Amino acid sequence: MLALRGVSKSFGAVAALRDVDLELVAGETHALVGENGAGKSTLVRILAGVHPPDTGTMLLDGEPVTFGGPADARAAGIAVIYQEPTLFPDLSVAENIFMGRQPLRAGRRIDTAAMRARACELFGRLGVHIDPDRPARGLSIADQQLVEIAKALSTNARLLVMDEPTAALSGVEVERLFAVARSLRDDGAAVLFISHRFDEVFDLCERITVMRDGRWVDTAPTSALTVDAVVRKMVGRDVATLFPKLDTTPGDVRLDVRGLTRHGFFRDVSFTVRGGEIVALAGLVGAGRSEVVRAVFGVDRTDAGEVFVEGRRLPPGDTPAAIAAGLALVPEDRRQQGLVMELSVERNATLPRRWALARAGLLFGGAERRSAATWTQRLQVKAARPTDPVGTLSGGNQQKVVLAKWLSTGPRVLIVDEPTRGIDVGTKAEVHRLLSELAADGVAVLMVSSELPEVLGMADRVLVMHEGRLVADIPRATADEESVMVAATGAAPGAARGAQP
Amino acid sequence: MTAPATTPAPAPERAAPASAVHRLFVVRELGIALALVLLVAVTFAVNTRFLSAQNIKDLLLGATILAILAVGQAIVIITRNVDLSVGSILGLAAFATGTLFVDNPGLPIPVALLAGIALGAVCGAINGGLIAAARVPALVVTLGTLYVFRGLDYTWATGQQINAADMPPGFLRLGTASILGVPVLALFAVVVVVGAGLFLRSYRSGRELYAIGSEPDAARLYGIPVGRRVFWAFVTSGALAGLAGVLHAARFGTIDANAGLGQELNVVAAVVVGGVAIFGGSGSVYGAALGAVLLTTIGSALPVLGINPFWQRAAVGVLILAAIGLDRSLAVRLARRLAGGTDRGR
Repeated sequence: MLALRGVSKSFGAVAALRDVDLELVAGETHALVGENGAGKSTLVRILAGVHPPDTGTMLLDGEPVTFGGPADARAAGIAVIYQEPTLFPDLSVAENIFMGRQPLRAGRRIDTAAMRARACELFGRLGVHIDPDRPARGLSIADQQLVEIAKALSTNARLLVMDEPTAALSGVEVERLFAVARSLRDDGAAVLFISHRFDEVFDLCERITVMRDGRWVDTAPTSALTVDAVVRKMVGRDVATLFPKLDTTPGDVRLDVRGLTRHGFFRDVSFTVRGGEIVALAGLVGAGRSEVVRAVFGVDRTDAGEVFVEGRRLPPGDTPAAIAAGLALVPEDRRQQGLVMELSVERNATLPRRWALARAGLLFGGAERRSAATWTQRLQVKAARPTDPVGTLSGGNQQKVVLAKWLSTGPRVLIVDEPTRGIDVGTKAEVHRLLSELAADGVAVLMVSSELPEVLGMADRVLVMHEGRLVADIPRATADEESVMVAATGAAPGAARGAQP
Repeated sequence: MTAPATTPAPAPERAAPASAVHRLFVVRELGIALALVLLVAVTFAVNTRFLSAQNIKDLLLGATILAILAVGQAIVIITRNVDLSVGSILGLAAFATGTLFVDNPGLPIPVALLAGIALGAVCGAINGGLIAAARVPALVVTLGTLYVFRGLDYTWATGQQINAADMPPGFLRLGTASILGVPVLALFAVVVVVGAGLFLRSYRSGRELYAIGSEPDAARLYGIPVGRRVFWAFVTSGALAGLAGVLHAARFGTIDANAGLGQELNVVAAVVVGGVAIFGGSGSVYGAALGAVLLTTIGSALPVLGINPFWQRAAVGVLILAAIGLDRSLAVRLARRLAGGTDRGR
């Protein structure tokens, strides 16, 4: 239905795509996998009409096409769900779905009632309840993603492109999304699915295309491939161990949380993390995990409870005090909370240390550069120049910069929220190795993660939250998929399949 | 919605935030209207003549020009831009109208109106063109054209003044006449406000202006012609400033090159007081027009209340701060409500 032939695209001196071929067939779900920076997102943007290709042709039903902009691509029947939600926060959910395509009544006026009804119908198809009249501002990432999906569905697309749509979704929502994608495919649409979660790729897709460093590597039917084979093609080498957690002897209690409560979000949460320990905080999306770590870090206010770091009580709601006490938080949403996208890599990497690096209150470039260089090298951040804006890096490299930023403060307790969300396998293993090394150095690590293999592979203990309560504390020895999922779903074993990553 | 199917669906909880959201949307305009009613009521209690037919008429006349400018400014601010050149465009259009009548004494009034609007639209097109083509922030571009347009006005006028005697009586009557007690000028403002309000609320391109102001990057990704829409927003603002210039000429009869001098900040103040978010994406022209009426009313109420008119500017300033404060607290409350609303069965 749609084919790319020899497509290349460069941004400045960086070649994002080199001579890529891709063939999308009606009635088939096609997976596109590759490490971060492999050029997947660029490919998506070319399909979406955001960027024109530098060379090569795009064939739609055998005819060459050029898209002048996203509107052209949409008119051609291509719907795209981007990796990062792109909603209008001030507008209502329904308007976000139908912007530019609102149903009209007499006099070309927008028919608000019809728009609302159709939004409700779409959410019904997805099996979710989102009020179409509420503004998009304040929606959780998962809900934003669902609105994006509804938006894509509303266009009755012939080609649906999904760039990591499941990164923020819980298991049940992922199942529903897949059901919708399958029904679209059965109706004759082509689906292009991009994900780092191999179980999803193998579950949903008939064919897999692998990309590496902006080049096409291989396209093969799913039945002819195994996870190991795909990973080898993606990284061009064998990934020895995905989750290399070193064994450590837990030291003293570093972080002690007692009876932490925030009305409407979580209540009576108590736990401890020892030095050298990696403790995972598992649970379904919306169980209150991110809210807990934000409260521990002093970003959000709390209604009751206390937080102790190395025996000293932290003043509630005081982030600078938390940082001074040796806490560091790598947040879930790196674009909005973790990085200043316009600032350079080195500026971002040294942001929390700007006072320590300053001489007589002034920041000189040299100190910043040296500190940034140390950490970006240690984390192997791939950036053309350390002065490039962070926004130009790929997702995995951005995450490394966030990590570099906090690791440079020498934290006693490191809290990471979804540290590998939207990151490719290679970088993922590096992040895991890094966390493991930190723990071996005696840092206490608290890790919020929705990916069960990551939780099970990395954690010395697994804390499970369900609907705002801490419901289980499972040691490494007895933690397995079933025990964690049973706790996370509120002891309903039948639903355990649900939230597997 | 993100609740797993195994827990009871939290659907019933969703009804509450919906209505809460609706209330909070309405409350912006309502707040200004209440402030206005309160101000008028207090002033009336002090001096009943404040609500005499003549005074009401004067109030409406005074608010008309500011309200028309505020509508244009609101459209621009909703797209996350600002138009500082409106005062200069008003001055230029007013002087052009006067000159037109001096040169062609028999000119029909509608032609003068259209000429003023067209001149304003050209000025707006210059603003919009520079912003869209050169990708320079609107604040800088319109700060430049503020001086350029005013400079043209000064050069053209070379110190002369056009007097009422130079203009046809029919035109000047436009500035004072009323239909059923409502000044004709105010009717112009009503038409502009209702027309712009309808466009912004019920038409696709109107909603796209909000989308652009709310998240310009997403708007681009979505294929909204951002440059074109912003261009037309500035043309509209310019055209309305041109219209305001003609009405200014009709109302005051005497025009020199200083007409509308410094008006741009009053206009931005009216828009902000009227609940249009300065970073775009929300607010309405109804609010902006109410803001214009409120500012004008303060101007005439303070002397009645025996407050030194020098305090007027301070009062306007306090009002702006209050409007922004209200906006903030509403946003925080709304965020909290919505966060509570997406509670997954907690």
